[in-house]
Amino acid sequence: MIMLDIARVEFRRMFQLPLAWVILAAVQFLLAIFFYVLLSRYLESAQLAAGRGMTEIVVAGTLQIGGIVMLLVSPFITMRLFSEERRSGTLDLLLSSPVSLVELVLGKFLGVLLFQGVMLAMAALMPLSLLAGTSLDAGQLAAGFLGLGLLMAAFTAVGLFASTLTEQPAVAAVTSFSALFLLWIIHIAGHAGSEHMAAIFAYLSLLRHFDRLLDGYFSSVDVAYYLILVGTFLALAVWRLDSVRTWR
Amino acid sequence: MEGEALIAVERVSRWYGRHLAVDDVSFSMRRGEVLGFLGPNGAGKTTTMRILCGVLAANSGRVLIASRDIVEDPKAAKAHIGYLPEQPPIYPDLTVDQYLDYCARLRGVPRTRRKSAIANSRERCGLADAGSRLIGNLSRGYQQRVGIAQAIVHSPAAVILDEPTTGLDPRQIVEIRELITELGDDHSVILSTHILSEVQTTCDRVLIINRGRLLLDQALDTLGGGDRRQFTLALRSPPVPEELDAATGVVSVQALDGHRFRITFIGDDGAAAGLVEHAAKSGWGPYELVPDAGTLEEIFLRMTSGDEPQAAGDAS
Repeated sequence: MIMLDIARVEFRRMFQLPLAWVILAAVQFLLAIFFYVLLSRYLESAQLAAGRGMTEIVVAGTLQIGGIVMLLVSPFITMRLFSEERRSGTLDLLLSSPVSLVELVLGKFLGVLLFQGVMLAMAALMPLSLLAGTSLDAGQLAAGFLGLGLLMAAFTAVGLFASTLTEQPAVAAVTSFSALFLLWIIHIAGHAGSEHMAAIFAYLSLLRHFDRLLDGYFSSVDVAYYLILVGTFLALAVWRLDSVRTWR
Repeated sequence: MEGEALIAVERVSRWYGRHLAVDDVSFSMRRGEVLGFLGPNGAGKTTTMRILCGVLAANSGRVLIASRDIVEDPKAAKAHIGYLPEQPPIYPDLTVDQYLDYCARLRGVPRTRRKSAIANSRERCGLADAGSRLIGNLSRGYQQRVGIAQAIVHSPAAVILDEPTTGLDPRQIVEIRELITELGDDHSVILSTHILSEVQTTCDRVLIINRGRLLLDQALDTLGGGDRRQFTLALRSPPVPEELDAATGVVSVQALDGHRFRITFIGDDGAAAGLVEHAAKSGWGPYELVPDAGTLEEIFLRMTSGDEPQAAGDAS
C-alpha cells in the first residue's frame, strides 16, 4: 500500500527534526501543569466538586485544556506537509510517480495522524494514572478521548489543506491557525442572529461538539461533524493540488 | 512495442498567464534513443519536460508514454518514466538508502526486487559507499547523483533529466556525462541542457527549442552532412581564391577578411594537415588554423540569434 508507505516516511521524517520533539515535550509539560492544578484543586475543596466526579473535573478538564493546546500546536505540525515539498521541488518527485493525489493526501494525513496519536497517548497517561488510586467513569473517559482524537484529526485536515495553499510553511501555519480559531469560536457569531442562525453556527463550531463529547455525551451527530470536516478539507487539498498543476 | 514510439508529444502548448511558454511542440522518441533538448535559458525546456512527466498540465495537446495518455491514465504512463528535475528532489533529512527505498516504493518496485534495485542504482551512480549517509551532508555533486539514482531505481524505459550538470564542477560534469552515456545503453534518455558540447558528446538526436517553439529535430550524425568539416585558415600572403579552391579535398572557400578564409573540405584531419603543408610550400605563409566548433553550434546560434532572451525563467 503506497499510502501507508507515504505515511510511514512522513512520520519518520517528522522525528528527524527537533520540531516534533519540542512539540511533544511542550504539550506534555503544559498538560502536566494543568493536570496537577486541576487535581490539587479537586483534592483541596470538596465543595467545589459539589457532587461532580473526578472524571468530570480532572479528566475532562485536562482534555479540554488539551484541545486548546492542540489548537495552538497543530498548525506547526502540519505547516510543512505540502508547502515544503513545493518549495524544495520534492513535490515533482511525488507528482511524477505513479501515485494518485488522493493516495498522496491520505498518506500524508495518516502520517500526521500517527504523530497526533503518539501525542494523544502520552497525554492520556496522566489521567489514566488516576486509576491507580480511584475509579473513573469509563464511558466519559472514552468519549473524551474520542473527542480529542477527532478534534486533532480535524485540525490536521485543515492544516494539511492550508499547507497546499502556499510555499511558505509560516504562511501555512498562520492560515491554518486563523481558520481553526474561527471554527473554534464560530458559535459566538450565532448569538446575535435568530435562533435558526444560532443553531447553524453552533453546529459549525469545533468547540461545541468537543464539549458534548467531553461531557460523556456520545452522539453520532458530533462524530459525523468531525468526519465531514476531515473529508471536506482533504478533498479540498486534492482539488488544490490538482489546480496547482494546471495554473502554476 | 519494438519500433513504436516510447514517448509521443502531440501539439503541446502551455501558457503562464499571458506568456506562451510552450508553443505547439510535437516530437516523439523511440526506445533506446538519447535525446538532447537544447535551448537558451527560458526557452521552454523545463516546462516541456514537466508536462512530459505529468507534473504540469498542458493547456492543449497530449503526451503519450508507451501509448498511455499521461492525463487520462497517469499511473500506467508514469510507471515508465524516471524524472530528475532541475533541482534534485531530495529530502536532506533522510539517508541515501532510506530515500531510495521511499522512491522505489513510490515507483511501485515490488518488495522482492526492492533491495537489489536500490543497490543497483546506487552502484551505477557511484554511491556504493554512501548508503547510510544523510543526504543533507552530501556535496552538491553527490546530491545530483542521488537525484539520478532516484530516477533510475525502478529501471524505467525513459529517463528524463533536466539540466543534470548545472552547478557542478568540471570533474563532476565529466562523471555525470559518463553516467548519462552509460544510461543510454539500456534506457531512453531525454536530457535538457544549454551546453552544446553536452549534446554532442552524449546524444543521438537533438531538439532545439527557442521561445517555446521547436526549431529543429534531427539526428546528430546527419547534421552538417557527414564527413564535411570546416576550419578557418589565416594566411600571411594569400593566393587568389581559385588556387585555394583547387587544393585537395576543398569543397568551398569563403573569404572572411583579407587574410582569413573559412574552408570546407571533405576528409579527416590528415587532409587539413595536407592543406597546411601545401600552403607552406606555396609560400602563402599560414599562421593560424582554427577548427570550427562544429556545425551544431552554428545551427544553434543561427536559430536562436536575433531573438531577445525571454524575460521569464523557464522554471516554476
